[in-house]
Amino acid sequence: MNLVPYLGHLVIRFTEHVGRLFILIGRLVISLPMVPQKARLITQQMLYMGVNSLPLVLFTSLFTGGVTAVQAAYQFRGIVPMTYLGGAVGKAVVIELGPVLTGLVIAGRVGASIAAELGTMKVTEQIDALETMAIDPVRYLVMPRFVSGIVMLPVLTIFSNFIAIVGGLAVSVWFLDLTTYSFLNSLKMFFELQDLLGGLLKSVAFGAIISIIGCYNGFNTSGGAEGVGKSTTRAVVVSSILILLADYGIASLVFG
Amino acid sequence: MIEIIGLHKKLAGQPVLKGIDLTINKGETLTVIGRSGEGKSVLLKHIIGLFRPDSGRILIDGEDITSYKISELYRLRRRFGVLFQGSALFDSLTVGENIGLGLREHKIYPESEIRRIIGEKLARVDLKGMENKKPAELSGGMKKRVGLARAIAMSPEYILYDEPTTGLDPITADSINNLIIELKTEPEITSIAVTHDMASAYKISDRIAMLHDGKIIFTGAPDEIKNSNSQTVQQFIMGKARGPITNF
Repeated sequence: MNLVPYLGHLVIRFTEHVGRLFILIGRLVISLPMVPQKARLITQQMLYMGVNSLPLVLFTSLFTGGVTAVQAAYQFRGIVPMTYLGGAVGKAVVIELGPVLTGLVIAGRVGASIAAELGTMKVTEQIDALETMAIDPVRYLVMPRFVSGIVMLPVLTIFSNFIAIVGGLAVSVWFLDLTTYSFLNSLKMFFELQDLLGGLLKSVAFGAIISIIGCYNGFNTSGGAEGVGKSTTRAVVVSSILILLADYGIASLVFG
Repeated sequence: MIEIIGLHKKLAGQPVLKGIDLTINKGETLTVIGRSGEGKSVLLKHIIGLFRPDSGRILIDGEDITSYKISELYRLRRRFGVLFQGSALFDSLTVGENIGLGLREHKIYPESEIRRIIGEKLARVDLKGMENKKPAELSGGMKKRVGLARAIAMSPEYILYDEPTTGLDPITADSINNLIIELKTEPEITSIAVTHDMASAYKISDRIAMLHDGKIIFTGAPDEIKNSNSQTVQQFIMGKARGPITNF
């Protein structure tokens, strides 16, 4: 009986969020010419988002590469010669696994942290304080995180790709009786620049998603510690969903 | 001068301000008193453009700020300093960086001058030499003082105090009151405070306005409010549980 008003309420809430999100994006775009003046803040964010995330990304990538090699070998058995394993691992990592897993790991680590930090600033009136000091919070808080996101995600993805391939190579050589030469030869044979660039394009989009969704949820936090917790969770969930949707969209455009 | 004319505001569908009319004269300190949740802070946030009214006007030196674009609001806000209830210091910055943030962002002065101003403002709130402390290392009273130093860093014409003494012990609260009074020695500074701390209101105010049920029901000097015939006003200033405000 109450389904129609409930659905109506949901549609209104969703439209409201989309509207606010686009306003934030609009203000962000307007603030982009100020990038050179915010170099110090951007550098700080790059350090946190990029350098400090590197160990987690590398650990994830090493095992992802190894697992990819094991599973590819399992699927090749009796159908495809194992000498093609390097190419399969390389393509899977560069096109899909490197960018997507890096995106998801960073959404969990950095997206959550952005939402929690900005959410706490919101509920303790620090964002209002910025406004009253005539400092645009979008320019001061969102823009450095956005620029850092779209620069550092591709950098992390390159590291991730490299380490995942190293993981795949190690497993292939140690456990699948492949030589280093045949793995690398196959990797080289199937490598295409378009694969790498497509993957990096994805990572740029993921960096934008993580930073914008984290900031948006932080800015729209209310209700104290509980509100900060909800915003943090929402930032990770929404970022992860959007990363997967963007992954499909970009894959269809670049590789479809 | 600040003139608030027929200000209405609903939050989450509930009317909070139901037609506020209030004038704050140049150079005076006006304190808005009222119960928690009456909309005192909401009123303060309208004055600086953090909230837009549903209807009504706010004139600052004759200019209606309710129709201001965001860029015009930012220009206006440079003339204001705000002390927030919880101080709202930036956790990631040191005390000195908090105070100098506005000056640095707006590139008003060279770095050497900014450092001098930070030192001067800190000395003014009796926190000389605390530039490198982090907000987490400070007590509640010290945070308020730093908040106050930050509020006056850009030499504002208007200072807004949101519950300046809430959460402080009586002695620390009184020292904050003294600082607020000391700032009044500059005749051009206009101050608006919101509080439910009557000791603070009596001490710092030239005039007191009482907000009740979304409207200003009394405006007058501290002595006038003490002698007011209104039972509603008397219940609040005497801090009685029974009376017209609580419908007992």
